[in-house]
Amino acid sequence: MELTEFFRYGFLQRALIAGTFIGILCSTLGVFLVLRRFSLIGDGLAHATFGSVALALLLKMSPLYVSIPIVMICSVGILRLTERARLYGDAAIGVVSSLGIAGGVMLSSIAGGFNIDLFSYLFGSILSISETEVFISIGLSIFVILMIIFYYNELLSITFDEDSAKASGINTESINTMFVLLTAVTVVLSMKVVGIMLISALLIFPAVTALQIARSFKAVMLTASLSAVVSVVSGIVVSFSLDLPTGATIVMINFIFFLTGLTYRRIIKV
Amino acid sequence: MPVDVLSVHDLYFRYNSSDVLSGISFSIKKGDYIGLVGPNGSGKTTLIKAILGLLKPYSGRITLFGDDIGAFSRWDKVGYLPQHIAALNPRFPATVSEVVAMGLLSKKQFPKHMTRSDHARIDNVLDLLDMKKLKNAPVGELSGGQQQRVLVARAIVNDPEFLIVDEPTDALDPEMRDRFFEIMQSLNKQKQVAIVIVTHDTGNIGRYTSKLLYVDKKIIFYGSFEDFCKSREITQFFGEFAQHVICHRHNQNIDCSSGDHGTD
Repeated sequence: MELTEFFRYGFLQRALIAGTFIGILCSTLGVFLVLRRFSLIGDGLAHATFGSVALALLLKMSPLYVSIPIVMICSVGILRLTERARLYGDAAIGVVSSLGIAGGVMLSSIAGGFNIDLFSYLFGSILSISETEVFISIGLSIFVILMIIFYYNELLSITFDEDSAKASGINTESINTMFVLLTAVTVVLSMKVVGIMLISALLIFPAVTALQIARSFKAVMLTASLSAVVSVVSGIVVSFSLDLPTGATIVMINFIFFLTGLTYRRIIKV
Repeated sequence: MPVDVLSVHDLYFRYNSSDVLSGISFSIKKGDYIGLVGPNGSGKTTLIKAILGLLKPYSGRITLFGDDIGAFSRWDKVGYLPQHIAALNPRFPATVSEVVAMGLLSKKQFPKHMTRSDHARIDNVLDLLDMKKLKNAPVGELSGGQQQRVLVARAIVNDPEFLIVDEPTDALDPEMRDRFFEIMQSLNKQKQVAIVIVTHDTGNIGRYTSKLLYVDKKIIFYGSFEDFCKSREITQFFGEFAQHVICHRHNQNIDCSSGDHGTD
């Protein structure tokens, strides 16, 4: 199939546009998450998303509208458990994560099983993304990216050394809350691209790939974004051409990028 | 009458219902240069964290430049050099100048973006610490001493009026340690910056600072080294030999062996 012919398909255009925005979004947030050793929050919130999607399907509502508020509440829950209940971050993520899965399974059982609908959210279905979902993805992605640009220096300072950031007058509690809320929105938006099971890959892989190559923080952010966009676009093209699952293909391409980055770093260092 | 840089009144801090700090009261004035010393677990770092608003005390009052710590907002007046240089993530991808720039954030309004004059300030402070050539180097690739200098640069880039330095010289070689104390002395003498240096090295801190705050869950001593050398309580607490060594290193002209303990 000719490449120009390929891009004539409306559903592919929608997938590429939404995937590009969500890729940039995930990779940018992912850099902060990885460096703060909080990268598994993506997994935890993805599992909470599973529960919220099950609820949305039960109520016959749009999963996006139901999931965003529920997952935002869960993200703040993880933060508060870490800060106030003296739980380590991974334990707090585990609590919310298991609750999300258990809730989803129970709701699914009550509804007598959702079969294909729930399956498409578990493993992603970006090729079936609707026009409305594309607009929502673009709008929310732009909002989250703007927030990161406006608060870039505060986020960098907190990521480097939270105590010193607080001692320099940065309201770390508010910034942390804003940050987990942005992560929640990102996770919900990403479920269409790679699916609930693989969301954390889109948050982690571009960041860890960039960390192998780039030498400054800004360079890491740009490299991560580039890696994410290329992997999402090529993942969509390759999966469509070879009739492979899109989410899994995107993740495998990210893994290849990571291996390439790792090899590059080893060659340069040695 | 000038406002105290720092005032701590009857401060208590409890952890798991045991007192980490009790009845701490002291004040710091402009131009004071204080060594905060005490053994491991004496509550020095807890006290510093309470002063910086990082920990909430059980009771008591802390004011910075006359404002209660809870309402204090002029954090650009305060510089902080943390202890945990050893915990610095070697994979952290920030460059030297990106880290130093973090020290300028407290002065900035939203959105806190860097200007050309900010970059000039960063260059100046890096020049002062012989680090300008490394401004674009990733901080994780530097030696421990160089990383420490980067954090010093971050703490002083904002021209603070009050500087808190926690165990500053652990990672520095003797030459760089002397350079570090030269910079501290110049900030203190020329710009009247009030400085608190936290250390467990009671024996050597007297070589650099003019006052001593000795804490061991409560204040054991606070005052000038001259008073320290003449204090009978300190002789009883430390023993005559230890007191003599500390005073000797501070100023060899102070005669601690004369037995003149008359004025404390």
